[in-house]
Amino acid sequence: MSELAQAPHVAYGQKPSLPAPTARSRGLIHIFFGDLLSVCLTIATGALLLALLPKVLDWAILSGVWDGDGAACKGGGACWAFLRDKYRQILFGVYPANEQWRPAAATAMILAVALWSLPPRNWTRTTLTLWLVCMAAVLGLMSGGIFGLASVPTTSWGGIVITLLLTVSAIGLGFPIAVVLALGRRSKMKVVSLISVSVVEIVRGLPLLSLLFIASILLPLMLPDGVSIDKLLRAMVALTLFSAVYLAEVLRGGLQGVPSGQAEAAHALGLGWWHTTRLVVLPQAIRKVIPPLTNTVIVMVKNTSLVLVVGLFDLLSSGRAAATDPAWPAPYVESYLFVATIYFAICFSISRYAYWLESRGADNAR
Amino acid sequence: MNAVSDNPAVELRGVHKWYGQHQVLRDVSLRVSRGERIVICGPSGSGKSTLIRCINRLEEHQQGHIFVDGVELTTDLRKIDEIRRDVGMVFQHFNLFSHLTVLENLTLAPVWARKMPKKEADDLALHYLTRVKIPEQAGKYPGQLSGGQQQRVAIARALCMNPKIMLFDEPTSALDPEMVKEVLDTMVQLAQDGMTMLCVTHEMGFARQVADRIAFMDAGQIVEMNSPDEFFARPRHPRTQEFLSQILH
Repeated sequence: MSELAQAPHVAYGQKPSLPAPTARSRGLIHIFFGDLLSVCLTIATGALLLALLPKVLDWAILSGVWDGDGAACKGGGACWAFLRDKYRQILFGVYPANEQWRPAAATAMILAVALWSLPPRNWTRTTLTLWLVCMAAVLGLMSGGIFGLASVPTTSWGGIVITLLLTVSAIGLGFPIAVVLALGRRSKMKVVSLISVSVVEIVRGLPLLSLLFIASILLPLMLPDGVSIDKLLRAMVALTLFSAVYLAEVLRGGLQGVPSGQAEAAHALGLGWWHTTRLVVLPQAIRKVIPPLTNTVIVMVKNTSLVLVVGLFDLLSSGRAAATDPAWPAPYVESYLFVATIYFAICFSISRYAYWLESRGADNAR
Repeated sequence: MNAVSDNPAVELRGVHKWYGQHQVLRDVSLRVSRGERIVICGPSGSGKSTLIRCINRLEEHQQGHIFVDGVELTTDLRKIDEIRRDVGMVFQHFNLFSHLTVLENLTLAPVWARKMPKKEADDLALHYLTRVKIPEQAGKYPGQLSGGQQQRVAIARALCMNPKIMLFDEPTSALDPEMVKEVLDTMVQLAQDGMTMLCVTHEMGFARQVADRIAFMDAGQIVEMNSPDEFFARPRHPRTQEFLSQILH
């Protein structure tokens, strides 16, 4: 007992483990009516909802018109019948009506290959080949002129296929270009880094709209007579370049976040520059910038809608064009809601996928 | 010393190096025979790390000559990659590839730099993981291991390239005290197997037990080089005496 008396704070023997104190979660009542500010906010928000909700419900459901033609939509309610009648035009634009199975099949192909590419274990050369085959098939199917398919010029393409094609090229081709630009900007070779910096700064310094105008109006003027490049292709190049420089700057941030010791260790093992970059530095850099990368990708998906200014009928402009039909009482809201839902589905899926990738990486590298 | 071959494993002749205007290596010359173990010590900023990083050209020297296994280090990149495959390096901060599992860390260089079949590389990796006594960690990621385990993985990773020479750059300086021994034991074992080793370290017990010669560096020069017995019993240079009196109490 005497030694205990000398050192009362020293533990002799293992003390029992105690259960951790439970974290007190605040009740809903506390969150909404905890203090004066919360009470005011709750009441104000509630009042606003009470005022708006009935109107929205009445418009969308109670007074909504689900069947019939333009004449049935004369009341104040939502004209869902319009969407039922016109969804094909919104989805596929001015593509010949009796050939619309072709853009539908093309869309299905792109979505199927995109789904297949999601799990990291499918990030292989085979998948890359699959994408090339898929894109060739989509272009063949859409333009026709082969296998007895009627020929359809790109000026008649429209709707979701245009949006998907532009997205795939802006991201799928833009990303590899971005990698080259980001690595180039960090290169010790002065010429290489100067070129990369110039491309990034010039393209980033231009609004996307002006880039699209340059591609669609200036470029044909500068080309020699008789040479013409497809309008869709020109818009695709402009969008790809634009997304490449943004992605490049995001990637550069990631590259700067990889400790120099990682590349040193790879070099010390005798791995050359390319192996070091591809196997060690890039995977870690990309993992670090998944959130801003996702951000840029989503912005680029929505940027594809800007091609309407150069006369391409993507999903958004097809929706607008459909709503101008004089047989219907200007159902813009319904049409835009439909289009917005599709954009939201695409962007939200990308967001959730990126979130999953991120959490998967977090398990490994702490 | 057990020098046998005509070519020294490593030879430095009159090596100079500057960082900007600041000279970090001044006319350093050193011959390391095959199978020889050299410990390099000295105060911080004396150029120890720079010296061994020049041997596999993580740093470039600006004057003088460095030969590794009879081949001179020049700006020829392909030659440098070949030399690096034969020179293993262990870093102070492990530098394991954090996005790869332990096994993938070990097989990366054999598969991509030596073109070894995956299966063979896996077997080799498991062999060396067993040698550093952590085969059960093969499927884990570096972040899930203790510092001592990570450093042993780093040693195994270097050994997978079957190097002729091993360089150690303060391999125990970043470790918790309790983990120093497991790493030193691995290094002692390696020394007993006859590996040519250059170690920058302040572990004087290790130096006494393993080193054939101890080099003491100060201000970019090797100011003293001797067998451990002589080095500890009769240090000649005043800087060495001061250093030893500071670290040996």
